[in-house]
Amino acid sequence: MSTSITPTLELRGLEVAYTVRGIDRQVLRDVSFSIAPGEAYGLVGESGCGKSTAAFAAMRYLPRNGKITGGSILFEGKDIVDIGEEDVAQLRRSAISMVYQNPATALNPTIRIGKQIAEVFELDGASKSDALAMAQAALTKVQISDPAQVMRRYAHQLSGGMAQRVVIAMALASNPRLLVMDEPTTGLDATVEAEVLDLVRELRRDTGTAVLFISHNLGVIRNMCDRVGVLYAGALVEQGATADLFNNPSHPYTVGLLRCIPRGGLHKSTDRLDTIPGTPPALGTHFDGCVFAARCALADDKCRTELPQMVTISGAHVARCFHSDKASSMPRSVEQIEIQSTPTHHLANVGESLLDVSHLSKVFTQDGHRIRVINDVSLSLGVGETLGLVGESGSGKTTIAKLVLGLVVPEEGGVIKLDGKGLAKTLNRRDVQDVGAMQIVFQNPDQALNRRHSVTRIVSRAVERLRGFSAQSSIERAHELLLGMRVEATLHGARPVQLSGGLKQRVAIARAFAGAPQIVLCDEPTSALDVSVQAAILNLLVDLQKQDKTSFIFISHDLGVVRYISDRIAVLYLGRVVEFGASQRVFNGPFHPYTEALLSSVPNIDGSIRKRIPLTGVVPSPSNPPSGCVLNPRCPRKVGSGYESMCESEEPNLNEVEPGHFMRCHIPMAKLKQLQS
Amino acid sequence: MLRFIVKRVGLSILTLAIVSLIVFLMTSILPGDIAVQTLGRDATPEAFAIWNKEKGFDKPLVVQYSRWMGGVATGDLGISLQYEQPVAEILGPAAGKSAQLAIVALILIVPISILGGIAAAMNRGKKVDRMLTVGGLSAAVIPEFVWAVALILVFGVAIRIFPVSAFPDEENPNLISSVYHLLLPSIALLFVLFGYISRITRAGVIEALDSDYMRTAVLKGLSRKAAVFRHVLRNALLPTIAVIATQVPYLAGGLIAIERVFNYPGFGNILLDAVIARDFPLLQSAVFLTGVVIICFQLFADILFAVLNPRIRQRVTE
Repeated sequence: MSTSITPTLELRGLEVAYTVRGIDRQVLRDVSFSIAPGEAYGLVGESGCGKSTAAFAAMRYLPRNGKITGGSILFEGKDIVDIGEEDVAQLRRSAISMVYQNPATALNPTIRIGKQIAEVFELDGASKSDALAMAQAALTKVQISDPAQVMRRYAHQLSGGMAQRVVIAMALASNPRLLVMDEPTTGLDATVEAEVLDLVRELRRDTGTAVLFISHNLGVIRNMCDRVGVLYAGALVEQGATADLFNNPSHPYTVGLLRCIPRGGLHKSTDRLDTIPGTPPALGTHFDGCVFAARCALADDKCRTELPQMVTISGAHVARCFHSDKASSMPRSVEQIEIQSTPTHHLANVGESLLDVSHLSKVFTQDGHRIRVINDVSLSLGVGETLGLVGESGSGKTTIAKLVLGLVVPEEGGVIKLDGKGLAKTLNRRDVQDVGAMQIVFQNPDQALNRRHSVTRIVSRAVERLRGFSAQSSIERAHELLLGMRVEATLHGARPVQLSGGLKQRVAIARAFAGAPQIVLCDEPTSALDVSVQAAILNLLVDLQKQDKTSFIFISHDLGVVRYISDRIAVLYLGRVVEFGASQRVFNGPFHPYTEALLSSVPNIDGSIRKRIPLTGVVPSPSNPPSGCVLNPRCPRKVGSGYESMCESEEPNLNEVEPGHFMRCHIPMAKLKQLQS
Repeated sequence: MLRFIVKRVGLSILTLAIVSLIVFLMTSILPGDIAVQTLGRDATPEAFAIWNKEKGFDKPLVVQYSRWMGGVATGDLGISLQYEQPVAEILGPAAGKSAQLAIVALILIVPISILGGIAAAMNRGKKVDRMLTVGGLSAAVIPEFVWAVALILVFGVAIRIFPVSAFPDEENPNLISSVYHLLLPSIALLFVLFGYISRITRAGVIEALDSDYMRTAVLKGLSRKAAVFRHVLRNALLPTIAVIATQVPYLAGGLIAIERVFNYPGFGNILLDAVIARDFPLLQSAVFLTGVVIICFQLFADILFAVLNPRIRQRVTE
C-alpha cells in the first residue's frame, strides 16, 4: 500500500464507549486501520469484540447510548467525527453505504421494493419516474432475475438471497466510494452465500469501491479481503495481508480462532477440536496489560501488567503481542471433559441399527395448495453413530427431525422404528420411555429454555418426567448432568438469562440428556455460537457419544461442522434424499451433482482456489416440483452427460451405487467421476 | 383475501348467534317477576295469566327465543313493556344519539392520543415521555363517571363554560351547539382512553423506530424527520388503528355511565332503564345490538390487520 494515496477510510486511535446504567463502558480501544481506494479490508473476531461497532462508527451511526470518546474517523482525509447531522446524511447519500445481516428485516415490509430503491435516487434529485427507472437499472446490475417483477414485490415475497441483492442494489445506487458490509451473508445458504459473494467481487472489480467487510466466518474473509484485522475485546490485536495473516497467524487469539474451526478433512474419530479457554471479558472491562492475557496460553506477568504495542512480523503484518514469535507453536488447548456416566440402556454395539425410518412423507397445505415438503424419505441410524443432514433451507431437514420426534405427523405409509419397534406417529401417543429415548437440542437455547426456571429446575424437571425419579434424586441427577456438561455448581441456581450463549446451550444439552436418550437430534446447535464455543460444544457432544453410545442426528448448514461430527450424511434437496452414505464418501466424491455444487460453494479457509460449480436459478417451489429429476433445471452436470432426456422425464430412484452409498441420479457413477475429475 | 373475509364473516355470524342465546337466557333468569311489577301485587292470578299470555311469556323458552330471533331478522323487535312502544322505535333514535356522542368522542380521542403516543416515543426516556406516560396512566385509573362529575363541577358549575347536560337545545338544534354540548362528556372519555391508546401508539412507534428498515432508511441518507414520516408512521400507525378498533367495547362501556351522568338520552341510558324496569324485550334487543356493534368492529379490525399485513392471510396447515 502506497502512502501517497489518501485512504478512503482511516480510523485513528478510535475509542467508542457505551453508557450502560450511567457508566461509560469502553467497546473500542485505540483502533487504527485504513482502507485504500478499491481495497477490501476484513474485520474478524467473536461476537461482542466490537466489529459491528467499528462498522457503525464508520457510518457515524452509533446506538443511542454509544459515543465516540477519542480518536478520529477520516473519510478521504476529512475527519467526520464532529460533522453535523445534515453533513452525515449527505455523506451517506453520496459516498458511504452499508449492507448488513438479515436483509429480510432491513427492507420496509409495507413499501414496494421498487419504491424503496427509488427513494435513494429521489433524494439525489431525480424525478419520480426517472428514479423508478434507475431503481430497475440498479436491480439489473445486481443480476436479480426479472427485475421488473421484483420492483412490484414486497420484502416478504423475496427469498433471503434476493433480499440481500436488493439491499446491495440500494447500497450501490449512490455509487459509494466506501461500502461497509456487516455480516452480509450470515444466515444465507451456502449456495446463496457463494452467489452473493461472487456478485460483490464482480461489482468491486467494476466499480473499484473500497470495502470494509465484517464477518465471523474466517473462510469468507479469506476469500473476499485483501487485508484483515483481528479484533478482540475492542482492540485490534493483529493486522496484515490476508495470506500472511492466515498462513502465519502471530497473535495467540488469531491462532486460537483458526484452530477452533473444524476445517476440511478433520473428523471426530481422529481429531479433537481446540478451544479457547475462558470467556471473553465483559463489556467495558479495564485492562492494565494485554486484553487477551486472561485466556492466553503464553501469558506471563509482563502480559498482565504491561500493554503490548504492535510489533512488525513481516512487511505490513503486525501483531500486538510480546510473544508473537511463539504464537504459532502455542500449546494446543485441549479441554478434557470428565462426565459422570449415565446409566444407560444401550446394550447394543456401536453401529448396530437403532433408528429406521422408511417412506416418510409430509404434505402441508398453504392457501389451498398442497406442498409435499418431504417425499418418501428413508434413513437409518446406528447405535453410537451420527447422521448428518445437509441441504439448503427449505430442503426439509428440520421437518424430518420433527417427524422423527412425533411433533409432526407423517402421511400414511411412513414408518419410524426404534430398536426394531414401531413408534406411534404422534408424540402424545408415545410412552415416556420412547419420549425420553429421543430428545432434541435447538439452535436457539434462549427460546428453548424456560426463562422463569433455574438451571437446576430445567434439568431436574426433565429427569423427573422422563426417568420417574423422586424430586430429590432428580435434583441430584440434574447436578451431575450439569457438571458433566461443564456448567459449574455456582451457576446451577441461575436463570438462563444470566448465562452466556454457550452455557445456555450446555444446559439445553443437559436437559436433552436427562432422559438417558438413545438418540439426540441436534438442529443447528452451534449456529448461533462463536467458533471457540462451537468447538467446545462439538467436543462435548463427541465425548458424550463415546461414553454413552448416544446416537445423533445432526442438522447444520455448516458443512465443515457436519463433516467433522458425522459418520454418515444424508444430502437433501426439495424434501428428497439425493445422496446418503458414509461421511468420507460423501465428502470425497464422486459426488451427486447437487452435493458437488453445495460443497464447492463453501468458502475455503485454506485459501486454495477451488472452482465453484454453480447451481443456476432458484430452488423450485415444492408445491410445483419440476418433472423428472427435481434437480434437473439447476443440475450442473445434466448438460453433456448424455442423459438429458431421461433427467427431464423420469425421477431417478435412490440407488445403491456402491456398498452403503446411495445416490438419486441417472448419470452412472463412472460418468460422474469422469465429469468431476 | 376473499377466502379470509368470508371465513371471518362466517365466524362473526356464529359468534352473534351464541351471543344472542346467552343474552336471551340471561334476561330470562333475571330475578324479579315482571308481571308483578306491572300489574301490582294485588292482581288476581287470572290477570297474571292473561297478561303473560298476551306478552307470550307462557310459551316455552325455545318458542320465545325463535320468535325473538325471527323478529330480529325482520326488524320487529317486539314491544317495550315499559313504554308500550315498539322496541325498534325506542332503540333507533337512542342509538343515533349515542353514535353522535361516540363520533365526537373518537374524533377528539384518537388524534390526541396518537399524537401523544408519537410524542412520547420520539422523546423516549425523556421528560415529555415520562409526563405523557405517567399522566395518561394516572388519568386512566379514575373511572369515567368520576371524571364526568369532576368536569361538571369544575367547568359546568364553578366556571360555567360548558353546559352541565349533554342534551342540546330542543328548539334550536344546530351542529355547533350539539357538538358543544357533547364536548365535556367526550373529554371525560378522553381522560380514560388517552393513556391506553397513546401507550399502544408509543409501543408501535418505538418498534418501528428500532427496526432494521428504519436503520436502512437513515443509512440511505434520509434525514431523521423524513425517515420517520416515510418509514415509521405508516408502519406504526395503521396497526395501532386496528388495535383501537378492538377497543370499542371499552368505549361502549364508558358511554353508559357517561350518558347517565350527563343525562343524555342515548343508548346506554335506555339500557340502564331497561334493566331497572325489567323491560325484557327492550333489554334483550339493546344488549344484542351492543354485541352486534362490538363484533362488527372486531371484524373490521381483523380485516384491517390482514390488509396491512399480507402475511396474516397465508396460513400453513398440516
